[in-house]
Amino acid sequence: MSLEVKTVQPNVIVNPTVSKPESKLKGFLSQLLMNKAATVGAFIIIIYILLAVFAPLIAPYSPYEIDLENKMMPPSSDHWMGTDDKGRDILSRILYGSRLSMGVGFAAVLFGAFIGIIFGLVAGYYGRWVDTVIMRIMDVMLAFPGILLALAIIAALGPSLINVTIAVGAFSVPLFARIVRGSTLEVKRLEYIDAIRSLGANDFTIIFKHIFPNILSPIIVQATLRLATAILSAAGLSFLGLGAQPPSPEWGTMLSSGRDFLFSAPFIALFPGIAISILVLGFNIFGDGLRDAFDPRMKK
Amino acid sequence: MQAQTRKVILQVDHLKQYFPVKTNSLFKPKNYVKAVDDVSFKLYEGETLSIVGESGCGKSTTGRAILRLDEPTSGKVHYSGKNILELNKRDMRKLRGDLQVIFQDPFASLNPRQTVKQILNEAMAIQEVVPKKERLERLLELLSYVGLPPESLSRYPHEFSGGQRQRIGIARALAVDPRLIICDEAVSALDVSIQAQILNLLKKLQRQFGLTFLFISHDLSVVRHISDRVMVMYLGKVVEIAEKKSLFDQSFHPYTQALLSSIPVPNPKLNRDRVILKGDIPSPIDPPKGCRFHTRCPFVMDRCKTEEPELREVKANHFVSCHLV
Repeated sequence: MSLEVKTVQPNVIVNPTVSKPESKLKGFLSQLLMNKAATVGAFIIIIYILLAVFAPLIAPYSPYEIDLENKMMPPSSDHWMGTDDKGRDILSRILYGSRLSMGVGFAAVLFGAFIGIIFGLVAGYYGRWVDTVIMRIMDVMLAFPGILLALAIIAALGPSLINVTIAVGAFSVPLFARIVRGSTLEVKRLEYIDAIRSLGANDFTIIFKHIFPNILSPIIVQATLRLATAILSAAGLSFLGLGAQPPSPEWGTMLSSGRDFLFSAPFIALFPGIAISILVLGFNIFGDGLRDAFDPRMKK
Repeated sequence: MQAQTRKVILQVDHLKQYFPVKTNSLFKPKNYVKAVDDVSFKLYEGETLSIVGESGCGKSTTGRAILRLDEPTSGKVHYSGKNILELNKRDMRKLRGDLQVIFQDPFASLNPRQTVKQILNEAMAIQEVVPKKERLERLLELLSYVGLPPESLSRYPHEFSGGQRQRIGIARALAVDPRLIICDEAVSALDVSIQAQILNLLKKLQRQFGLTFLFISHDLSVVRHISDRVMVMYLGKVVEIAEKKSLFDQSFHPYTQALLSSIPVPNPKLNRDRVILKGDIPSPIDPPKGCRFHTRCPFVMDRCKTEEPELREVKANHFVSCHLV
């Protein structure tokens, strides 16, 4: 091998392998669509979102309209899902309730992710004692059972849907912090981070412009899976009477009020329960599909 | 070449880089990997000094310590009259425009989510070398220096081949008008034919801009092609440092001799005296006492096991640390 060849010096390289930037996104989408479960999950989520957005147009009745003459009617052509103990149309209440449940879920995950991502980035990037302090606090938070932590937060702040959001978000924080820290450690070692440091970029630029965009995929997967848990936890807290208060058509609250009539009118509790289950299932299988699509080892 | 009369651009004195090793016990004393242990050398303006040695000898760590990508344990690095290891964050940031680096892995050294234009623009913006209005012009100029077509600007790194990516990395380093570039195994990841192209490009740019290179490599053929002087490292120490010709013609240290005899020769019928070293490189956590090379040296004497050799000048500009000479 001799490198003393001076003749090889093409000054301009012709035509680098051409492919458009969006081809990456296309590849990702086709990967996702190949996963049947993920497609079904996405389909469920989209339907729920559409129903929530267009609830006032779709719902046959007002969710609050009391009609004591028609109370506890089983499903019929007038009331597809029957009526509850105060004669309110269950279908309409579920449609409106989807806004509350999904709103709480999204808000809680956004809140938890925001704080968790910042903690994780800082811990992973700075390392040493900063890392130790932040991650030990996260360990303490993880050591609490989620519902107990939420109970403590609500006991301190008082029962309301906003406080449920805060509580559910709070116990997502350590999960995001862990995942983000791990990915940050991985990306931090890459040479382009050294390159940008040797150009003199400050820590803020490095963290948010160069590390954060490159660790988005695990965050998105985690957020999708957390949405399912958050919706379930929020409904659970409302069921315990700590979240949305009657007459609000929150699904957990509806379940709770249907509990007393489980034998005489099971449909009062059944339909909100089904609504929660299908939505949570949708987010879970969609999250799993996303994870597979993002994972380069799954690519053929 | 009269090295003495030339201007020293960078002077490294007693540079040490120890990395703590994690111990399982809370109470055991901490161990250290002595990656770079008391390394001193000078770098003259406009020259190419190569650091060679096998994996783990501390050559890359030396480069990273000079740039303060890892904070060195002790020592001094003088650049234009200042010890850069003592500079505060702000002054260091300013100075970084003068010292640039080209990395080994062209696939890891570019942010996959930035276009070439963004990568180069950011470099210029951080160091504020070019006013905003003139940046586009400068971008095209940079691309022509490194031999990439202007269309490359809007492309992402994954759309380029390894050699082309390395050119982007070189353009990024050039974007801030550096004086010294540390090439950390800059061609090791490339095909041989591409290696030659990149090496020639580096040489051309060096002439064009009067750059100084600190060229870190394990590939002696590459080193022979590009360097003015060569520094050989073994286990965190400098064992020999000399003008390229002097070193390749007559090396004094047994380790250098072994390294040089490992260069492949194109003629298979040629009979060569190969010096084959026995054993593995010792652990840098607990390096051998005396001369670090004595465990593998074919000419080992009793003295080598106890007394550490100093770096001595045996010929003009040819320094060796060995008791044999």
